[in-house]
Amino acid sequence: MPTKIEKDALTGKLTTGHEWDGIKELNTPLPKWWLYILYATIIWAAVWALLFPSFPGLSGYFGGVLGWTKREDIAREVAAVADARAPMFERIRTTDLEEIRRDPTLLRFAMAGARQAFADNCAPCHGSGAEGRPGGFPALIDDDWIWGGTLDDIVFTIRHGIRNALDDDARQSQMPAYGQILSRREIEDVAEHVLSFTGRATDAEAAKRGEAIYAEHCVACHGEQGEGVRAVGGPRLNDAIWLYGGSRDQIIAQITNPRMGVMPPWQGRLDEAIIRMLAVYVHTLGGGE
Amino acid sequence: MLRHETIEKNVILLAVLTLITVSIGGLVQIIPLFTIETTIERVEGVRPYSPLELAGRNIYIREGCYVCHSQMVRPFRDELERYGHYSLAAESMYDRPFQWGSKRTGPDLARVGGKYSNEWHYQHLIDPRSVVPESIMPPYAFLVRPLKFDDIEKHMRALQRLGVPYTDEMIANARADLVAQANPDADTTGLLARYPKAVVGDFDRNTRVVTEMDALIAYLQMLGTLVNFAEVTPQQLRQ
Repeated sequence: MPTKIEKDALTGKLTTGHEWDGIKELNTPLPKWWLYILYATIIWAAVWALLFPSFPGLSGYFGGVLGWTKREDIAREVAAVADARAPMFERIRTTDLEEIRRDPTLLRFAMAGARQAFADNCAPCHGSGAEGRPGGFPALIDDDWIWGGTLDDIVFTIRHGIRNALDDDARQSQMPAYGQILSRREIEDVAEHVLSFTGRATDAEAAKRGEAIYAEHCVACHGEQGEGVRAVGGPRLNDAIWLYGGSRDQIIAQITNPRMGVMPPWQGRLDEAIIRMLAVYVHTLGGGE
Repeated sequence: MLRHETIEKNVILLAVLTLITVSIGGLVQIIPLFTIETTIERVEGVRPYSPLELAGRNIYIREGCYVCHSQMVRPFRDELERYGHYSLAAESMYDRPFQWGSKRTGPDLARVGGKYSNEWHYQHLIDPRSVVPESIMPPYAFLVRPLKFDDIEKHMRALQRLGVPYTDEMIANARADLVAQANPDADTTGLLARYPKAVVGDFDRNTRVVTEMDALIAYLQMLGTLVNFAEVTPQQLRQ
């Protein structure tokens, strides 16, 4: 029952005028500073709703007085950065790769940009230091190139990738599953011959038998001395670098049922300038030709 | 003028007035959705998941991948530089539930499709640190086990009822399509006609059995690949 607002004798405060069973409620208002901040936020919200996209309507929404949208905002931001990069990117795109390598300004720009792009895109497979990963992810810091290590070779590989279904120009090669072509014994003999390239054959007779089989089936892609044939992406077999392991068992497994690496095409995903920067970067890592 | 005391002392009146007040908030948000033509961008290419991708998506959800991986490239420049075009509503319109996520312990996966090879995904799921030494992702080697897909039609039927445009033909061919997608030697003409851009492959070095690994990698390999952003202009994205 509202009663009269009166001053409470004990606290000296006013009551609200509410009383229940003789108990009166003291009026303790919120602090002024708190209230004014509350009012300010309400005004802020109203102004914000007026300026920016806010209320939904029956056929759309109120887009705000400023006409701001995040998507146009980000498009402008991206365009501004692209403009700032344009002069250098244009030079990277139009300058000969060899020339980029010799021009200190372009090289510094290419290396700085490519290091970032490499970490984002290439490192998961090739390792953050391009050291390669076991299981078919080649190192890029050595001079053992499967598809060629010149700047032009590298840029082509990055653009189109290897054995992927997404790019018609992807580098293609296919090692047959010799488990279905040769007998187990023949495969062991070939493996023995392959081991002999690195002086690791233990059974000279088997290696000798394997030589004939090698000459028939393997020479076209791996070369007479196992030196590899880059035109078809046939890896070298006469060095200590192995994609899927170089032990006798691993070689036999690879001949029987070969595993072949796939690299995605980066054309379309990365800007052409960044692809060229990456090629220069990879070329400088140690094995560039 | 209705006095405060009148409302407080009349419980029916109080309830009615409370209901009216609260419903305004909801109606302002709900009613426009009945009258606005679409809130989804008009872009080409987005299709329902193929049966194998759908099964992979279920594994993605089962294993809680969304706890550490988002699927939402936000419209910020650093994200655009790293992941590609920002995500569109259209790209997850057949997701029930969507997998946008809000936690990135690992990287965003909205555009991971095609970025790595099948073999990389296989090795990475078996033992993440064998390819990315600094990774803290747990291994999922146990996914190399047969995929249970005898209920895939029912799953597609349920999604169809929720509005996903699966045709009866798609549902009738579900099992055949599922098996074909995990076998590079299979006839995939029908599969690719029904689900353009579906990635066909031997995802786990084994074409004899369709495994959970096959399904998950097939799903990962299509993420973010359906819309060709080279042909999309910002104007088209205006709703």
